[in-house]
Amino acid sequence: MRNVLAVAGKELRAYFHSPIAYLVMTVYAALLGFFFYSFTATYVMQSFRMQAMGGMGAPPMNLNEYIIRPLLAGILTVVILLLVPLITMRLYAEEKRSGTIELLLTSPLTDLEIILGKFLGAMALYSVLVAMTFLYIGLLFIYGNPNAKPLIAQVVGLLLYGAALLALGMWFSTFTKNQIIAGVVAFAVFLLLFVMDWVTAYGTGRASEVISYMSLTKHFENFAKGVIDLSDVVFYVSVAVLGIFLTARSVEALKGRA
Amino acid sequence: MIEVAGLTKRYGPTLAVSDVSFDVQKGEVLGFLGPNGAGKTTTMRVITGYLPPSEGKVRVAGYDVVEEPLEAKRRTGYLPESPPVYPDMTVVEYLAFVARIKGVPRKEIKTRIGEVSEKCAVTDVQHRQIGKLSKGYRQRVGLAQALIHNPEVLILDEPTAGLDPKQIIETRELIRGLAGQHTIVLSTHILPEVSKTCERVLVINQGRIVASGTPDELTHRLQGYETVLLTAEGPAAEMMERLQRVAGVNMVEPRDAADLRVTFEVHAEKGHDVRAELARAVVESQWKLLELKTSGLSLEDIFLQLTTKDLGEGAAGESQPSVPDLNLEDKPAASEN
Repeated sequence: MRNVLAVAGKELRAYFHSPIAYLVMTVYAALLGFFFYSFTATYVMQSFRMQAMGGMGAPPMNLNEYIIRPLLAGILTVVILLLVPLITMRLYAEEKRSGTIELLLTSPLTDLEIILGKFLGAMALYSVLVAMTFLYIGLLFIYGNPNAKPLIAQVVGLLLYGAALLALGMWFSTFTKNQIIAGVVAFAVFLLLFVMDWVTAYGTGRASEVISYMSLTKHFENFAKGVIDLSDVVFYVSVAVLGIFLTARSVEALKGRA
Repeated sequence: MIEVAGLTKRYGPTLAVSDVSFDVQKGEVLGFLGPNGAGKTTTMRVITGYLPPSEGKVRVAGYDVVEEPLEAKRRTGYLPESPPVYPDMTVVEYLAFVARIKGVPRKEIKTRIGEVSEKCAVTDVQHRQIGKLSKGYRQRVGLAQALIHNPEVLILDEPTAGLDPKQIIETRELIRGLAGQHTIVLSTHILPEVSKTCERVLVINQGRIVASGTPDELTHRLQGYETVLLTAEGPAAEMMERLQRVAGVNMVEPRDAADLRVTFEVHAEKGHDVRAELARAVVESQWKLLELKTSGLSLEDIFLQLTTKDLGEGAAGESQPSVPDLNLEDKPAASEN
């Protein structure tokens, strides 16, 4: 455990020593801010209109349903998809290029300790993004009265969603010395896993069900509603474990030929 | 301390190291000498546990590097060819990180960093970013990193590559200072390095050990006779004839002549020091003796002999009648391919 934390600490420090952490955080804050503003503005206009029309017997508008949920499920999942490759692309590629991989692999560490350390380091930076999200959502609590309970599921969902993406991204980073390639491959694959669900919109039958099930963003919908469904948890955890396992295999192969 | 038995390493179809065996005793400094691509780095990477061997056994401090890699790695310090440093970290941060992953107890980390920084002369740049340091400092930080957990075995891959002459001398002194406390294996393709730092040399070429011994032994083994260079002023033909008659001299060859000044290469029988006799012969004949020195076959010549293909014809010097008993551990690889 001590070894895992040592590696994780090194990774986290590397993010903040380089522009990556600040870049990711800035892009995230800017996009999040823009969408948060536009969702809130729409909400305010809509609720004025509703009031002007006297309600017409419709149920009152609710912040959770009109802002938080669409923001998380529709927007943030995609923004995160975009940013995770920036976080993961350097994990192995940079060590391979600079030769520091030799230091790690000749130290008394198991491969798994190194992998988990890197994963945790990336996860720590990602958690900062998740925390920023709820900073914005916190504003709604100051000026409005949303329901706080769904937030638990949403935090859990964001963390699991990120863990799955980070683990896969880390795997892509073991392929090459070139960070750009590692990042582009990760981005392409994530995008594919995201849009997979679209092709099945009008499809029926087994195949389309399976394809739709594999879509990474699809499983976030329940979390966004505030529901923790075990099958979604299992899905994300399995993808994360798969990513870590594949990374381990890839590092093994790396040693064989290197 | 290090036992390598029958080590073979293949990268796909190419054979990088072929059936290499050697032992290194505790406290010994062993030099790997060979041209680029001879298999030095590969051998070292197997010893450090970075690469698994294709065949053969490697044990470090009694632990097999494949079966008990963590125990072996705990006892090994490794400086790869390019120092494995993180340019964004400061020297202290970097050494603290390495100390942690090498398993230095938390309480000792600070004192260890102080000790190795002192030893490797990086104390004055402790708080600077490694990426902003000169190549020489980076190399020393790399060496400090290899020493941080006070390993029994030190593997140094071309520790002086890319340094300026002053830094090379400093690094060599540092390595010599470490001998005794640590068992050291270092590789180089620079010859003087080996004679200056190593007690024993393995000459490796095309993945095989071509010769081994102390630098002196290697010199002696390859040289069946002693060579003396003599420069004197006088009539060339007469001098040559007189020198020929000195007891123990086999052959005299003029090397170069300018006016009356002639330099002869005198080959004497092995074990005969003919310098005093030569001097007397010249002086008694009233010629002017200008210079007299022995010319050992340099490591460069040995190296060339061992690693070039036409070994039998004596690649090092056309004047050599034959290559004496080399006492080779293996036939030169050249004959294979």
